[in-house]
Amino acid sequence: MAPRRTPLYDSHVRHGGKLVEFAGWELPVQYEGVIAEHKAVREAAGLFDVSHMGEVVFEGPGALETCNELVTNDLNKAADGQAIYAGLLNEAGGFVDDVICYRFSPEKILVCVNASNADKDFAWMKAHAKPGPVVRDDSKDWAQLAIQGPKAVGILQKLAKTDLSSIAFFHFAEVEIDGKPVIAARTGYTGEDGFEIFCRPADAEALWEAILAAGKPDGLVPCGLGARDSLRLEAKLALYGNDIDDEHTPLEAGLGWIVKFDKPSFTGKAALEKQKAEGPRRKLVGFTLTERGIPRHGYPVLADGAQVGVVTSGTMSPTLGIPIGLAYVPPELTSEGSTFAVEIRGKPVAAKVVKTPFYKRK
Amino acid sequence: MADLSYPEDLRYTEDHEWARKDGDELVIGITAFAQSQLGDVVYVDLPDVGKDVKAGSDFGVVESTKAVSELLSPVNGTVTARNDALVDAPEAVNEDPYGKAWMIKVKPADPGAFDALMDAKAYAAFVAKQG
Repeated sequence: MAPRRTPLYDSHVRHGGKLVEFAGWELPVQYEGVIAEHKAVREAAGLFDVSHMGEVVFEGPGALETCNELVTNDLNKAADGQAIYAGLLNEAGGFVDDVICYRFSPEKILVCVNASNADKDFAWMKAHAKPGPVVRDDSKDWAQLAIQGPKAVGILQKLAKTDLSSIAFFHFAEVEIDGKPVIAARTGYTGEDGFEIFCRPADAEALWEAILAAGKPDGLVPCGLGARDSLRLEAKLALYGNDIDDEHTPLEAGLGWIVKFDKPSFTGKAALEKQKAEGPRRKLVGFTLTERGIPRHGYPVLADGAQVGVVTSGTMSPTLGIPIGLAYVPPELTSEGSTFAVEIRGKPVAAKVVKTPFYKRK
Repeated sequence: MADLSYPEDLRYTEDHEWARKDGDELVIGITAFAQSQLGDVVYVDLPDVGKDVKAGSDFGVVESTKAVSELLSPVNGTVTARNDALVDAPEAVNEDPYGKAWMIKVKPADPGAFDALMDAKAYAAFVAKQG
């Protein structure tokens, strides 16, 4: 099957993006270079095409209750115009996906899902939703751009009449950017301030060009998937398929804060309650290597020569200049300063647990 | 970024390594095309001096931000030198692939091995076919 193209495909080609296949989509892995783009986002701003993300909408009476039953976080604790990060779990407590739920009103919730899971998630939600509201896959109706970095809000403000700074972190508003109707959400996947902008596919290219032009004097650059991955890893934001999947729970992944046990019920609650009582047998930790090497997804974690865990993500941190990674390890190896080895091409390389996120903006 | 040039005095492999004659030894590195495909190089692992290398077999590793790639020796032989400066500054692979980013020197088992490799013209044609 040929990979799908976002409405920004022509722009990526025109701007010299190096296209690769990702989650069934043809997207740029980089333009100028991963490290240059990464640093631009940390120091100025970067613009990402995230149109591959899926959007599922719950609409009608009972939308909030129906959606809330499927996710770990609590939509009742969000206000209209607020977004929450949540787990969409199976009965065993494993992640079907990690999602952001946008509460427009108790009768309209938009769930943004990972591209790689979009079809699976929609089928899961349709199958498990209590009857009542419409559950609709609106993915084709939306393109998405993310502008991220310390200068992101200021750049976007040049194209908006609404005061964007009044939209708080993890809140959103329906506004006009460059005269086009969008949903501007103060969210992101880089550890920086910024917005994720949902727009009509037909407006995506003009919006992309307008934002790039507005941000050029401030150092805004187009960014690819490579920088997106290293940025999110420094900020310890989980990547589905790497750090979390249907066999790992939020408690194991260090995402207990997105699980609201005081909700009367949600899919996976019983399994998580049991795991919480017994204590998870493995936990996701951040580490650095104290010898030369770069940790990568799938490398074994060794203690006393035996495999006790696995690396889920790793890279050479462009901001910190050191190798960083995430790994599932047994509870006794989770405290800061704990040591283990990562097996790299057959050789054990010394590693040390460090505090996460690896990078936190000031 | 270095431009995609292929110096005439070098010989090349289909695995995108280059070799340069240096007396009866060969200096080995990866090509401008290889580094452009890899992206930002952040790590290089090279063999110890004295190690035997085999044509087409890996003698080390180069890693970009995203990917791990094996370095494949153009010839059979023995490692006589290693560029330790490159280990500390792997970005030279992107900036100067035929100069500062030389990787190892090898004493080839067969002195004629160099001439059996692709010349610049043949390699450029090979790369063009890679799309």
